[in-house]
Amino acid sequence: MPEETDMLRETATRVFADHFAPRDLAAAEAGNWPEAAWAAVEDAGLTRALVPEEAGGYGVDPAEALSILRAAGGAAVPLPLAETMMASWLLAQAGLAIPDGTLSIAPVLPGDSLTATRNGDAWRITGTAGRIPWGRSVGAIAVLAEGPDGMVVASVPAGGWTVTTSANLAREPRDTVTFDAIVPRNAVGATLVDAAQLRRLGAAARCQQISGAMDHILALTVQYALDRKQFGKPIGKFQAVQQNLAIMASQTAAASAAADLAAEAVGQGMGVTAIGAAKLRCGEAAGTVASLSHAIHGAIGFTYEHSLHYFTKRLWSWRDEFGGEAEWALLLGRMVAERGPERFWADMTTHQ
Amino acid sequence: MNAINFPKPPPCPEAEALRAEVREFLRVELAGRDARSKAESWSGHDAEFSRKLGAKGWIGMTWPKKYGGHGRNALERYVVMEETLAAGAPVSLHWVADRQSGVQILKIGTEEQKQKILPKIAAGECCFCIGMSEPDSGSDLASTRTKATKVQGGWVVNGTKLWTSSAHLADYMILFCRTGSVDSTDRHAGTTQFLVDMKTTSGMQIRPIHALSGAHHFNEVVFTDAFLPEDALLGTEGAGWKQVTGELAFERSGPERFLSSFGLVVELMRVLGRDPAERAAIALGRLQAHFITLRRMSRSISGMLQQGLEPANHAAMVKDLGTSLEQEIPEIARTLIASEPTAETTEDFLAVLAHSMLHAPSFSLRGGTREILRGMIARGLGLR
Repeated sequence: MPEETDMLRETATRVFADHFAPRDLAAAEAGNWPEAAWAAVEDAGLTRALVPEEAGGYGVDPAEALSILRAAGGAAVPLPLAETMMASWLLAQAGLAIPDGTLSIAPVLPGDSLTATRNGDAWRITGTAGRIPWGRSVGAIAVLAEGPDGMVVASVPAGGWTVTTSANLAREPRDTVTFDAIVPRNAVGATLVDAAQLRRLGAAARCQQISGAMDHILALTVQYALDRKQFGKPIGKFQAVQQNLAIMASQTAAASAAADLAAEAVGQGMGVTAIGAAKLRCGEAAGTVASLSHAIHGAIGFTYEHSLHYFTKRLWSWRDEFGGEAEWALLLGRMVAERGPERFWADMTTHQ
Repeated sequence: MNAINFPKPPPCPEAEALRAEVREFLRVELAGRDARSKAESWSGHDAEFSRKLGAKGWIGMTWPKKYGGHGRNALERYVVMEETLAAGAPVSLHWVADRQSGVQILKIGTEEQKQKILPKIAAGECCFCIGMSEPDSGSDLASTRTKATKVQGGWVVNGTKLWTSSAHLADYMILFCRTGSVDSTDRHAGTTQFLVDMKTTSGMQIRPIHALSGAHHFNEVVFTDAFLPEDALLGTEGAGWKQVTGELAFERSGPERFLSSFGLVVELMRVLGRDPAERAAIALGRLQAHFITLRRMSRSISGMLQQGLEPANHAAMVKDLGTSLEQEIPEIARTLIASEPTAETTEDFLAVLAHSMLHAPSFSLRGGTREILRGMIARGLGLR
């Protein structure tokens, strides 16, 4: 891994470690907004990491920028950081200004479609989109909408939508958002990005978060197996437990490698195969790792008091956001079948 | 926890340039070979093919030119390995020698051993077998009982090696055995590696052992006062354990640890056609994702080996994950196509399915069992 990746990720890790102890995660699940933590994240410049240099970003490789999210996953960071990074990217590539504060993106579900129509000198954004991360509280949403002459991105500030609240299993807000907003001309820009690409960016981001959470779960579980004694010795001395921890480690490693592939693909044309394969591989690993971590932790890991659930609930949520295993496997499987057996191998060797 | 990170393999434009050349060579050389023989994967033996591959300069690729090598890098070598496997080429004659035995000789052999043996391996004319397992020494390799005793002018070996693939075809064996008495405080002490000339050594008997499929790949090799000259010693007397474990990152991380059933996937795709049912498409997409991820991890290790690292735990992970996939493939195939596997058929899919099913149990045994690998990984996690 290049040094800059380590630096960015280390900075992120430090900021998160300062702000997210288990009690902070509990407070966030109860609905308290961690204002100081968000300010620290914004001050460290993490939210703008995906923005290209020409749009006021730092010009880091997207794969390096996304490594921030691995650190975030490893700390169960209860902030719309991935969403703000992606929204900033979406606004920047459409040539729009990036507002300070929390941001989200819409739509995130494959069936949802939003509309942009001209309204005199301004634009009107309408439509309903489900499962919008932090829809209830963000300062603005970067909306990918169908305009009269093709896809546009609109920067819609809070007040331009109403919400029906919902959440994922980790109590992260996932709201249904109904837009009816008038925004000025300079808040809308044409884009070459389509909904499928935005979904791929989301999938690549979730791969990083999943990988980070799995790293943390593995570390927690190894430590627990060394500390917890039964039959007069640490349970980690029993071969049955060791074998399960080894499975967890291999799955964590596979998810990490897959997440790397997806992150690299973001800066290289957002390839559907690399990102889809990664999301599916990470999702599959997440299920195994979550399940074994709970098996090894026993009853204590099943309590709200223990911190394990902040991470396993995120795995159970993130693996289905921006496409679960079934969605990506079907998409990839149809593509490889269509290409035929003669190209199956050759196509795979185009990946790093 | 270092073993969790698999660094990005270094970019290698030379390797990609080589890929096209390798594919064209294989297209010509393997034309007319049927699916069933391609399914043999790296157990397929063909002396003429290995010689031709050697003549192209694609064996011993990373070794110095003075020993018949070609001074190429590990990722170029990786291209040849994965392309030959994906195409179902019969590589078994040179595979072990190229992968680990030659590497070991290059690393610890004498100048004379290097000059004598490495050029033959690189020419595709020298087959190696691995003398590790014994009747009472499988996963517990340190319990080896085969013993070499120092005598005038060399060593005398007594004991039995078992499950020795290609012993009946091999030119050499790297023998792992005991040279000192058993030390209860250090189980790994007193072991040594030797280069055994399989064609000329007397006092050695090779008996075939047939696998459950009926195929003859492995053997029992019995040493009865077999004499090895002084210069058969490989490396340092007493350093056998350290030497043998150094081979493992090479032995366990390559594409042969996830491509053994690849031929079945190809045949499955042929039967499924261009527009398969949804559940079949889902299975194919999942297989692709697993292959892409494993290939990335395996190539990452290749990059680490190129840097001179010995990522044994990374290799254990690739082998555990990869052989699990190889073994799952026949199970996936049979749930997608209603069929009864049989070797007595003219249908490629059924024949390859039968072959994969009958060979799959060995995938997680050869080169270190799944349970032993997981034990190693657990040790890496600080649990043992």
